[in-house]
Amino acid sequence: MKYIALVYYQEDIMNGMTQQEWDSLNHECMDCSERLTESNNLLAGQALQQVSTATTVRVRDGKALTMDGPFAETKEQLAGFYLLEADDLNHAIQIASKIPPARFGSIEIRPVRELQLEDNIAGGHG
Amino acid sequence: MEQQISKLYHQESRWVLATLIRLLGDFDLAEEALHEAFIAALNQWPETGIPEKPREWLVSTGRFKAIDHIRRQQKLRTISHQLSEQQIQEVEQQDFDTYKLFHDDQLRLIFTCCHPSLTTEAQIALTLREICGLTTEEIAQAFLTKAPTIAQRIVRAKNKIRDANIPYEVPHLSDIPERLDIVLHVIYLLFNEGYNATQGELPIRVHLVQHAIELCQQLEQLMPRPETKALLALILIQHSRRDARHDDNGDIITLEYQDRSLWHQDDIQQGQQLLVASLQSRIRHPFTLQAAIAAVHAEAKSFMQTDWAQIIELYDVLLSIQPSPVIELNRAVAIAMHHGPQSGLTLVNDLIQRKQLLNYHLLYAAQGDFYTKLEQHDKARQAFVKALSLTEQEAEKRFIQERIKKIS
Repeated sequence: MKYIALVYYQEDIMNGMTQQEWDSLNHECMDCSERLTESNNLLAGQALQQVSTATTVRVRDGKALTMDGPFAETKEQLAGFYLLEADDLNHAIQIASKIPPARFGSIEIRPVRELQLEDNIAGGHG
Repeated sequence: MEQQISKLYHQESRWVLATLIRLLGDFDLAEEALHEAFIAALNQWPETGIPEKPREWLVSTGRFKAIDHIRRQQKLRTISHQLSEQQIQEVEQQDFDTYKLFHDDQLRLIFTCCHPSLTTEAQIALTLREICGLTTEEIAQAFLTKAPTIAQRIVRAKNKIRDANIPYEVPHLSDIPERLDIVLHVIYLLFNEGYNATQGELPIRVHLVQHAIELCQQLEQLMPRPETKALLALILIQHSRRDARHDDNGDIITLEYQDRSLWHQDDIQQGQQLLVASLQSRIRHPFTLQAAIAAVHAEAKSFMQTDWAQIIELYDVLLSIQPSPVIELNRAVAIAMHHGPQSGLTLVNDLIQRKQLLNYHLLYAAQGDFYTKLEQHDKARQAFVKALSLTEQEAEKRFIQERIKKIS
């Protein structure tokens, strides 16, 4: 089954690291991705630029409206994602607990929802 | 080849996991090693062919991968899975390749998943995932719970095993009856959960019965004990009625009205043989008596021809070793069949007076049945209405409503 692991942390904590600490964490993440790719558990993944680079777009009445910054201001910011292939939720948890930033922030795991032509699950009720 | 490997995964993965947990001393690390071993198999076996002893190959490869991984992690100085070089060497040198060890490892896994310091809920979830190989999502579906709830239960149980240093071992001989009882209880709960689900609605719940039977069979082979045989006998005999218990609409058919030609005779025979084997020991376990009662029902040509006197005797012995109001209620039903509804009613009213089972719908359903037979219609109706208010299960509700309608 496919799961997405969304990595959140407080950018302030990362900004407070020395160059060496930050490099070492990045190195760990590369190592982690490599290992997960080797074991066929990583389908895709990417780290993201800081939240200050975010742009939010909405379409209302056919017009695209853009805004600087993220959709919502939160304490922890989205920092990256891993698309995982795992046997089940506990397996996904086990993999996600090895993602290095889990030690600083949090990882949200969600099963992916495959889009279908009809009978899509959740939403659209009533 | 891929198909062969997937078949091997189904047959061997739980055995390989059980042994890897012992060798590596950690559930998560062992699971990871198991995955890596099968990935290695997928990569290598198409060229080299399937090794002569695939299970040994998988354990050996899994162990090698895990040690490799621990060494790499230690170079990076991360905290997970810290082992000293000496411990790693110990892991490398431990034996695994005899039949006896594989056998014992499987028992270790069963007894660890059903360790008394885990909650019953955790025992069930761990057993289904680690021993039966169900996914978190399947377990959640079977227990009508959300997957994150089950996942958390499993994570916490594993943490508890690690933090409380729950030993990965088969209990000492003197502790076996007590510890085995917990395992049997978990198996019985699995069976019940599947058996009492409304037929057809949720196939995964019905599969729980199959898992319970397989687990009990496996346990019986690993550690032949009279109480395990008795539980297997009980499950098989009850399960033999599966096709007769509901009509096409999913409505309940009670024992009295079941078409006995639909009972699976092969299950009954197997159950009877196990029961006889279990009776050869002196141990009178509650499961032995329950299985014996089920067997008396199975042998009866019709409901009316049931040997009620024998059933009452068996209930008397059962009550003497396991006093329980539910068993008293069942005995009352048998007494009513043998001595008439008034005798049954006296016993049920006695339970109510002692404030037993006041929230149990079947108590009032039995009371309603006795009153109906005694033609005390108002009291019968009252009892059934009370029973109706105490159950949430749709098929049960329909059954009781039908009884109310029939009161003229």
